[in-house]
Amino acid sequence: MTAAPAGRRAPALLALGLSRHYGPHAALDRIDLEIPAGEFVALLGPNGAGKSTLLRLFATLIRPTAGRLEVHGLDPRRAERAPLARRIGLLSHQTFLYDHLTGLENLLFYARLYGLPDAPGAARAALRAVGLEDRGFDLLRTYSRGMQQRLAIARTLLHDPDIVLLDEPFTGLDPEASDRLHERLGGARAAGATCVMATHDLGAGLRLADRVVVLVSGRLVADRPARELDPPSLGALVRQAAREPDAAWSAP
Amino acid sequence: MHATERMSDLPQRLLFLLVSLLVPVCLYVVFGVVPTEQKMGVVQRIFYFHLPSAFMTFLGVFLCAACSTLYLLTRARRYDIAAHASAELGVVFCTIVLVTGPIWARPVWGVWWTGEVRLTSTLILWLIFVGYLLLRDTAENREQAARWGAVVAIVGALDVPIIYKSVEWWRGLHPKVLKISGGGGLEPTMQRALLLCSVTFTLLFAHLLIQRCRLGFLQDEVERLSHAGVRRPARPAGGPEPKESDR
Amino acid sequence: MSFLGDVALVAGKDLRTELRSRDQIVTLLFFALLVLVVFNFAFDFTVIDFVSLGAGILWVAFIFSGVLALSHSFQIEREQDRIQGILLAPIDRSAFYLGKVAATILFMSAVEAIVVPVSVLMFNYRFSARVALVIPILILNTVGFAAVGTLFAAMTTQTRRSELLLPLLLFPAAVPIALAAVKTTSQILAGRPFDRYASWIALSAAYDAIFLSAAVLLFDYVLEE
Repeated sequence: MTAAPAGRRAPALLALGLSRHYGPHAALDRIDLEIPAGEFVALLGPNGAGKSTLLRLFATLIRPTAGRLEVHGLDPRRAERAPLARRIGLLSHQTFLYDHLTGLENLLFYARLYGLPDAPGAARAALRAVGLEDRGFDLLRTYSRGMQQRLAIARTLLHDPDIVLLDEPFTGLDPEASDRLHERLGGARAAGATCVMATHDLGAGLRLADRVVVLVSGRLVADRPARELDPPSLGALVRQAAREPDAAWSAP
Repeated sequence: MHATERMSDLPQRLLFLLVSLLVPVCLYVVFGVVPTEQKMGVVQRIFYFHLPSAFMTFLGVFLCAACSTLYLLTRARRYDIAAHASAELGVVFCTIVLVTGPIWARPVWGVWWTGEVRLTSTLILWLIFVGYLLLRDTAENREQAARWGAVVAIVGALDVPIIYKSVEWWRGLHPKVLKISGGGGLEPTMQRALLLCSVTFTLLFAHLLIQRCRLGFLQDEVERLSHAGVRRPARPAGGPEPKESDR
Repeated sequence: MSFLGDVALVAGKDLRTELRSRDQIVTLLFFALLVLVVFNFAFDFTVIDFVSLGAGILWVAFIFSGVLALSHSFQIEREQDRIQGILLAPIDRSAFYLGKVAATILFMSAVEAIVVPVSVLMFNYRFSARVALVIPILILNTVGFAAVGTLFAAMTTQTRRSELLLPLLLFPAAVPIALAAVKTTSQILAGRPFDRYASWIALSAAYDAIFLSAAVLLFDYVLEE
């Protein structure tokens, strides 16, 4: 793959032969993936396929052991970290939030961490956007799991990232919280953010995504537009790919 | 091919031969040739092993820190293997120092542990590098072990002179009965014996280091092969294994 | 945010969390006091006096509770993967390190400020203004302890042998600080003049400077994956 010709915007995320090893074990093996800005990609695959590893590489939390990664056209290892970090948001099934701080204090902490000009204002706005404004002064440990996840969403989108990475965000959410998350993600997508979501929820994946990418044992085995698939056929695709990882699955 | 294999077998064999010759010569000189020291008697002969072991301890510590720094800068696996090997050898020789010290002290002073400055500091050094080995063993994977080990080795090496100084100040004016004068105060025969033993120990250290590094590379290779075997069980036997080096 | 601002932010977050839960301070304080109580029973203080043993007892109490403080500092970040949230942000990892060191120093200093007067009462030391000098000395040495301890704790708290590894690595590495603290404190308690312990204070200051700088450089390697 060559660099984008002049005049074309660099893709939001570009992986070229991207690999990540732990000792001799390859968690990711020569991944080639280009995600243009504004696209919503669902990342599927069995447990241990490398989805979390890929997301963490995209988030610049870990470094590749081989191959090349570009975020907004920049190599995170060479470019200054701070400007890139400000444009990335990661939502995991762990909340990254502090039990003994209030909802508002948690968001305020992150707002300051991200150097937002009006930290208190941004924190309050984010709290409102997830409907938790009357619980803002309660300690996080008094929140239910669904509320904690909502606050985590607020944390993720607090600094208006244009790359939103989601690692199985629907895990453990009740239907109501699920719907809210779905709404929020739809909103982010409408605002032009590039989203990559690892999920086991095939239905949610297909509803939100423009494109579906399947990983098995660290390798990219399928890459299809979402509109070509429905949940049953997607499920069959994933199961088959898991059984035959060496078969020639590729994007049409 | 990694460094110690590229180096042909011949120099390694010569080194081994040299060491095998020198060790018995050394033993003969220490127990047969050198005169018995006046004040301390026969037990003083242990000095000829005690002092060179101390030198080797510091060599091990220094090499470990140097290789660790190189590892952090280059991420080349060979520096990590060398650092680990140096630390192991350092601990071995340090143990020899800590065992021979009391053996020497007991007949001379009547106590096993004198709290003598250098011995105390050496014990602390031993603890730091045992901690290094334990931390490496406890790390989740090879890469983490290498990185964390390197951090501890660098901190440890920086600390060593400060530890020795502070223990020296702590003990204040201490009768230096076990003064290691190194050269002065020793008869010429004794000086030559000490030199011989120091050279022998250094060559022994080098030989053990090379062999231990070879072992390290082999272990990597085994891990890589067994891992490749697990991933592709259907591979036809006899097919060539693709050469990957992560040096 | 600016580098110092980030340091203050991280330290501030730790302080605020602690003030709410009061987890650490209570544990550290009572642990240190318990150590004093044990020593009180272990030695006959009508025969031995506090001046000769007191400095050692105090320092033992502080390093053991210090290890607890360091472990706790990183345990918190491991729950809910909170440390990932911080590493994700545009913050210098050294700022995170210094924030953690600052918070640990504050907690330990608070404990020291309470335990020293208590020990004076417990061990029947004749109170004099000199005791007040002991506290800044302890804090000076706590800086070095926290600097190396934070670096090591960031590694050891991720392992399965964490309770063994942190003391095993930290106590030998912190020997110069321990000796300096005990020597300086006992000289002060014995009423010796300043020039008797001035070089120990210089040693502590040098240790603090060397290891804070080294740790700031090395911390990146500890966290990176």
